[in-house]
Amino acid sequence: MDLNFTAEEQLFREEVRSFLRAKLPAEISRKVHGGKRLEKSDFVRWQQLLNERGWGAVGWPAAFGGTGWNAVQQHIFDEECADAGAPLQLPFGLKMVAPVIMAFGNPAQQQRFLPRIVDGSDWWCQGYSEPGSGSDLASLTTRAVREGDHYTVNGQKTWNTLGQYADWIFCLVRTSTEGRPQTGISFLLIDMKTPGITVRPIIMLDGEHEINEVWFEDVRVPVENLIGEENKGWTYAKFLLGHERTGIAGVGRSKRELKKLKDIARKETANGRPLIEDQRFRDRIAQVELELMALEITNLRVISAEGEKKRAPGPEASILKIKGSEIQQMLTELQMQTLGHYALPYLDEALDADWQGDAGMEAYADHAASLSGHYFNFRKTTIYGGSNEIQKNIISQMILGL
Amino acid sequence: MDFNYTEEQLALQDTLRRFIAKDYGFEHRRALAKSADGFDRSAWKTFADFGILALPFHEDFGGLNGNAVDTMLVMEMLGRGLALEPYVSSVVLCGGLIRDAGSTAQKEELLPTLAGGELMLAFAHFEPGARYESGHVATTATAAGSGWQLDGTKAVVLGAPSADKLIVSARDGKGISLFLVDAKAPGVTLRAYPTQDGARAADIRLVKVQVAAAALIGTAGNALPAIERALDYANAALCAEAVGIMSALNEVTLEYLKTRKQFGVPIGKFQALQHRMADMVIATEQARSMATLAAVRVDSRDAAERSRSVAAAKAYVTQSARLVGQQAVQLHGGMGVVDELNVAHYFKRLTMIGLTFGDADYHLGRFSDTLLAA
Repeated sequence: MDLNFTAEEQLFREEVRSFLRAKLPAEISRKVHGGKRLEKSDFVRWQQLLNERGWGAVGWPAAFGGTGWNAVQQHIFDEECADAGAPLQLPFGLKMVAPVIMAFGNPAQQQRFLPRIVDGSDWWCQGYSEPGSGSDLASLTTRAVREGDHYTVNGQKTWNTLGQYADWIFCLVRTSTEGRPQTGISFLLIDMKTPGITVRPIIMLDGEHEINEVWFEDVRVPVENLIGEENKGWTYAKFLLGHERTGIAGVGRSKRELKKLKDIARKETANGRPLIEDQRFRDRIAQVELELMALEITNLRVISAEGEKKRAPGPEASILKIKGSEIQQMLTELQMQTLGHYALPYLDEALDADWQGDAGMEAYADHAASLSGHYFNFRKTTIYGGSNEIQKNIISQMILGL
Repeated sequence: MDFNYTEEQLALQDTLRRFIAKDYGFEHRRALAKSADGFDRSAWKTFADFGILALPFHEDFGGLNGNAVDTMLVMEMLGRGLALEPYVSSVVLCGGLIRDAGSTAQKEELLPTLAGGELMLAFAHFEPGARYESGHVATTATAAGSGWQLDGTKAVVLGAPSADKLIVSARDGKGISLFLVDAKAPGVTLRAYPTQDGARAADIRLVKVQVAAAALIGTAGNALPAIERALDYANAALCAEAVGIMSALNEVTLEYLKTRKQFGVPIGKFQALQHRMADMVIATEQARSMATLAAVRVDSRDAAERSRSVAAAKAYVTQSARLVGQQAVQLHGGMGVVDELNVAHYFKRLTMIGLTFGDADYHLGRFSDTLLAA
């Protein structure tokens, strides 16, 4: 039993740190730390910088152009990137569709798609949920009808994250209505420039455009873009949902946000004293920190068990997802609460990177502008990726056998 | 980073698991709780044979050079068995005090017999009216001849009724000191009672108790750091015990959900109950992580880091234990509130652990105050 990282792992951490110091653009990390809006170009630039270092795909095997790092190394990398204020590497290409292409795609698909994910050329988005198919995903109705060498796709996808920037979408489509709903689903890769695709923004409760509806009207998709076998898509979909383990807990990001919460609680004042000296508020910070300390070790336990290949990544990831999302929400709520009255203003322009604040609102510009919006936005975390109630179903059924 | 036990540790865990299953069943334990001693003296001898009474001591004094992770795995197993033997008070707490503060002569005199199971100790420290404050000692030590005279009252001294000797904290002119006192010495009066979880404790009055100079453990007036360290060890051990109990409680509750039928189906088919069970499992895994943190950090030489980690763990584990204990009772329905099932006994022990050597609020406060320093 040893909670310390090995000397080798600590050296690796140093290597990641010095890379981040040298290469992470200051204007990007300032936006991340300050909760400002990120542009598409910020994400792409960061992906390109990582790729130049050979670190574009940290979770992939070396054979496909990944780093081949083990779970502990990936964890260290995540933690350091979060701490330094690097933008999140969006998961849709790297962590969702890529493992499916590696496991079930043919060599031509692997050669065509994977390199363009690593170097940032292609932006991927997800086409799973539909207006009538949320937690009950297998009930999806977007149809793909095979006509010679192509499918014709009709239907609607929703909750599509950042699809407004996307070059490609991976979709679950219905290719058969025979038998159980799960058995008639296929996994298709669709070029977003194909005629018949319409992307419509869904504005979220924080006023931001992060998600979309995607409409498909007689969209022609070449058969060569089918992954694996027709009607086997549910298997691939479940593989995708069950694949990504490290990072699901969001420990690195939450550690950064906890640090930020404490910093703000030292800057904000109540009754002429720093807010952190208010015992009632400090105890609430302490309570979240306890949760995060526990989650960090639970996460490391899962990672090291994976590393030893003692067991496949299993349903314990549901524990990480539930706790991780709850902690993220607690942190955003307390961050908002530090502001007192200044939790109320909604200043759209304040999220722009260059906004300096009006006279008298310097503190607001310094750290306050994004916090209430983040609180509202982060209600999504217990809903997406399989709602926390679905995660508890998974624990009950897969771990406990109920 | 390594979350595995060594081969040796696994072997010990296995030995204890088999002992609990074979020789320390629930009915046996229930009878013991009602017996005069309140625990099994032959089990104590067996613990000596297993070596667990010698675990935390140096080999020079008959010990096995174990660390707090060893204690953790022992406590987990003792938790599963709801063992009534005063392991924490005698071995972890008093043994730890002698190990850390005692003179070589005291270690040579006491540790081998403690490790061998011949000597039992209890720590008479906390006092009425001061709750969990480790530095509150109103009991006095005054110089008397070549030795000392002790006067005061000690509250809820765990394991006192079976203790051969007491370690008594008392305040002299300079600070807090520790004294080794024969439990039957003139002037020592025990008001013994069982505790809610079936163990034994006593309130102790000390009136003009005379002890020799050699009874002083460590140097006069300087005992508080050793006391705080020993309490951290005890709390880390209690965290591990709680995790052992929570795991066992989850197992019996899960079994009940699968077998108890209502409306024609096992009650575990109901989602309201499934999600409650999932919450219990999550809480237990998180608590296990914190108990591990406490076990690893309590051996740290940095007192601030040690205390901060143990406070965090005890607060968190207590909160988790409350959830798991209360919900295990709830999910068992009427069977959860009867004496004849182990569920209620696990619940009572978890609850008492949460109130021993600091409750969740006390430890959350200790942890919270460290945020001011950073």
